Amino acid sequence: MFSRAYKTVVTVPPLLWVTVFLLVPYLLMFCYSFWSVSPAQAIVHSWNLENYKELLQKTVYWQTLLRSMWIAARVMVFSLLLGYPLAYFLSFYAGRRKDLLYQMVIIPLWVSYLVRAYAWKTILGSDGVLNTLLQYVHLTRHPLDFLLYSPFAVVLTLTHIYTPFTFLPIYAALEHIPRNLVEASHDLGANPVQTFWKVIFPLSIPGVVAGATFAFVLSLGDFLAPLLLGGPSGIMISNIVVSLFGAAYNWPLGAAISLGMLVIVVSLLFLSERLEKKWSFS
Amino acid sequence: MELLVNSSTSNTPCSRWLLVHALAVFSFLYLPIAVLILYSFNGQGVGGFPPHHLTFDWYRILFADGPIWDSVLNSVQVAFAAMAISLMLGIPAALALDRAQFPGKALFRRLVLLPLILPGIITGLSLLMLFNVMGTKLSLMTIMLGHGTALISVATTEVFAGLQKLDRAQEEASLDLGANYWQTFWRITVPNLKLPIIGAALLIFTLSMDEIAVSFFLIGRDNTLPLEIWGRLRRGITPEINAVSTIIFVFSLVTIVIWYRLRVRAEGGVDIGGELVEDSSTSTLSS
Amino acid sequence: MASPIPPTIAVSASAQSAAKPALLSIQHVAKSFGRNAVLRNVSLEIAEGEFLTILGESGSGKTTLLRIVAGFETATSGELWMGPERLDHQPPYRRRVNTVFQSYALFPHLTVEENVGYGLRVAKRPAAEIAQRVAEALDKVKMTAHAKAKPSKISGGQQQRVALARALVNRPRLLLLDEPLSALDANLRRQMQVELKSLQREVGIAFVFVTHDQEEAMVMSDRIALLRSGELEQVATPREIYSRPATAYVAQFIGHTNLLKGEVQGGIVRCAALAWPAPLPEGPVLLSLRPEHVRLAGPGASGTGVVRIRGRVMHQAFHGATELIRVECADRLLLVVRTASGGVVQSEVELEFSAADAVQVRESPERI
Repeated sequence: MFSRAYKTVVTVPPLLWVTVFLLVPYLLMFCYSFWSVSPAQAIVHSWNLENYKELLQKTVYWQTLLRSMWIAARVMVFSLLLGYPLAYFLSFYAGRRKDLLYQMVIIPLWVSYLVRAYAWKTILGSDGVLNTLLQYVHLTRHPLDFLLYSPFAVVLTLTHIYTPFTFLPIYAALEHIPRNLVEASHDLGANPVQTFWKVIFPLSIPGVVAGATFAFVLSLGDFLAPLLLGGPSGIMISNIVVSLFGAAYNWPLGAAISLGMLVIVVSLLFLSERLEKKWSFS
Repeated sequence: MELLVNSSTSNTPCSRWLLVHALAVFSFLYLPIAVLILYSFNGQGVGGFPPHHLTFDWYRILFADGPIWDSVLNSVQVAFAAMAISLMLGIPAALALDRAQFPGKALFRRLVLLPLILPGIITGLSLLMLFNVMGTKLSLMTIMLGHGTALISVATTEVFAGLQKLDRAQEEASLDLGANYWQTFWRITVPNLKLPIIGAALLIFTLSMDEIAVSFFLIGRDNTLPLEIWGRLRRGITPEINAVSTIIFVFSLVTIVIWYRLRVRAEGGVDIGGELVEDSSTSTLSS
Repeated sequence: MASPIPPTIAVSASAQSAAKPALLSIQHVAKSFGRNAVLRNVSLEIAEGEFLTILGESGSGKTTLLRIVAGFETATSGELWMGPERLDHQPPYRRRVNTVFQSYALFPHLTVEENVGYGLRVAKRPAAEIAQRVAEALDKVKMTAHAKAKPSKISGGQQQRVALARALVNRPRLLLLDEPLSALDANLRRQMQVELKSLQREVGIAFVFVTHDQEEAMVMSDRIALLRSGELEQVATPREIYSRPATAYVAQFIGHTNLLKGEVQGGIVRCAALAWPAPLPEGPVLLSLRPEHVRLAGPGASGTGVVRIRGRVMHQAFHGATELIRVECADRLLLVVRTASGGVVQSEVELEFSAADAVQVRESPERI
């Protein structure tokens, strides 16, 4: 129904833009990762594998990557544990209040990421709200210092930030389950618990996969929460990249790490896409 | 709290447990926001329990703070520019994905949507390298380009979802009645997509105002508001930040309410940005 | 057919099924959603092994009634009894009642076989028994070949059979079917009507079948319960509901009819220009006269108890084996006549019908 000219007009500008500002930069990142820095701090455009060699040899990169993945995995699990029952409650038990409660989950998403991370800092700090509260009610005598500047603070903050992200696709998946399937299950003799595990949960798996992917991928690449709340033990892989692009001034090495992250993230996205397809039946 | 629960299902132990859980999650989600607002009025600054000495001092200091307002102005400029760029490219991109076939379409779709799910650091760094190679000086301009590019994904998802609901027969009728493509686009397609476009615009504006990971790498001499806040946070905690955050929160809330009203009036539906997260789940990456 | 019409025509449900033991007894059930009354005071008994159809237009409350029996809705008032057991206090999963849903509600993530075995698995039957009963059920509905397929891979008609097998494999005491054929095309639908009926005979389980299609109801049912705006209009066998409709609504809903408004005075019915003797009580009367009971009169005199009238042909519609002719008689009386198809009739015709074929019906008061 649409003419060739119409299709050209709508296709070409975004295609060009995306090529210049997304595809080319990713390719540049790829190129950079094979370049190096001269002692005079200039980028040498000669192709070599030095950056990758260094990454493979120095354990600090691997340790940090593993720590980042461990933090991201914890954020993912906690977001699911908080988000899934909440989504289930809203979808199946909230009745007329459903829409209002749904909006209440969304609203924190609209509050600045930075501001929420900062709010946790004011809560967790040694003279922060939580510690002074604990002392005020005489539960503790001295401030608990593991609260802030620790992986714990990073996991807590990122869980807070990504729980709504995890909730949304799960809620959407639950809402898309035809209610007559639940009725059919009851009709065939399954009690509510059996119905949940045999019908509702399997049909919500695509939402769970999408939500888990969000939480994991976005936490993995985070560098602000660790800077703000993580302390030395909460450093994540992106922080290394940031310092390589900043003070340490080694863009090629930073590009190599970023590229590694990109590869991990994109493979995870493909994997979750596969899983979602496998478990969607519409 | 009984009110929250549907009468027909309220009496099972399971639903009680779920209710308690839901209340706990909501408290968790709102605790930092509550603390933030509360302490923006606390005379003794951040931290310390219980808060006492109600004061508006921090707001007074904030309003006299020149650099903060400069950064707000910068952020607003960036947000409008990002909105223009991503709508001008995102709407055609959605149309292309909906109705054109071309080689590399699947890759194109993935590329457009990728910044939505990708950690901001990767988008920011890759653009930094591009500008470096092109010899472009970092400034607000580069941030605008960065936000605009990353947020095409938002415009595309929202408009694409709108196109899926649009009845193709309306456009066919318009063409049948003698309107050309251009007229049909402005008289039929755009009015039908009014809501997704407004929604996308509001979302893009808010997301851009709040964006920090991409801006972090593309910043020149002028700060955006989040970067200004970031800079001050690195130096130490000040309740002035609570005050500005509270203002941003109220501002966002007003935006949400406006959007909610618009949407309820237009279609009786209620969904703010939900479309986005729902549609941008990884499955939309597939062709 | 020529027997005198009894003064009360409505046959109550309980009177009909009194001979057989009642399996399910629906007593004074009412249901309202907010201020909207969907069912009011519905009482109905379903006998062992019978095929009962709940017939009604959309919005008549038929699906709500079915959902109350299944346990998906709670009645606002009234009781359900299955033998000595009060049914309405039990959750759906404890009722020995199974449902075939309108859109089948097959579980999309389970294969045909797993769908059919679902009820047995949640009841924790031994694996060997499940396998055997599932195989039997699939065989009964001729779906063995598709046992491993996912529901999305089979046709609508096949999904319908699977839904049936999934319900029947649990050996319910009562099977509820919510417009199960409405999604099928006309040919498949007719075929399934016959199959469903013979399957019901074979398994001997009582079926409660909900439909808005009066033809379907006539073909399949032992009894029809006609629901209108949340109240039962008549419960009777298809033959009886057709030949002795209780109300004007029933007469019009099931097949075509001519409704004649008249007055009885001294054993004589007067209706427009017509008059004939009938043993009816004095006063205003409403009569239903089926089009096929009106004939084009031949030459010569008619027998006793036959009413004759002349009229002008207004319209003639061909319906295949028969035609419907609309005739305007004296005093603006309109009669629809069904005749065997046979070419053009003259513009002026002489009609006749047996007085006994005009059966008295009650007025159907408006209900909201």
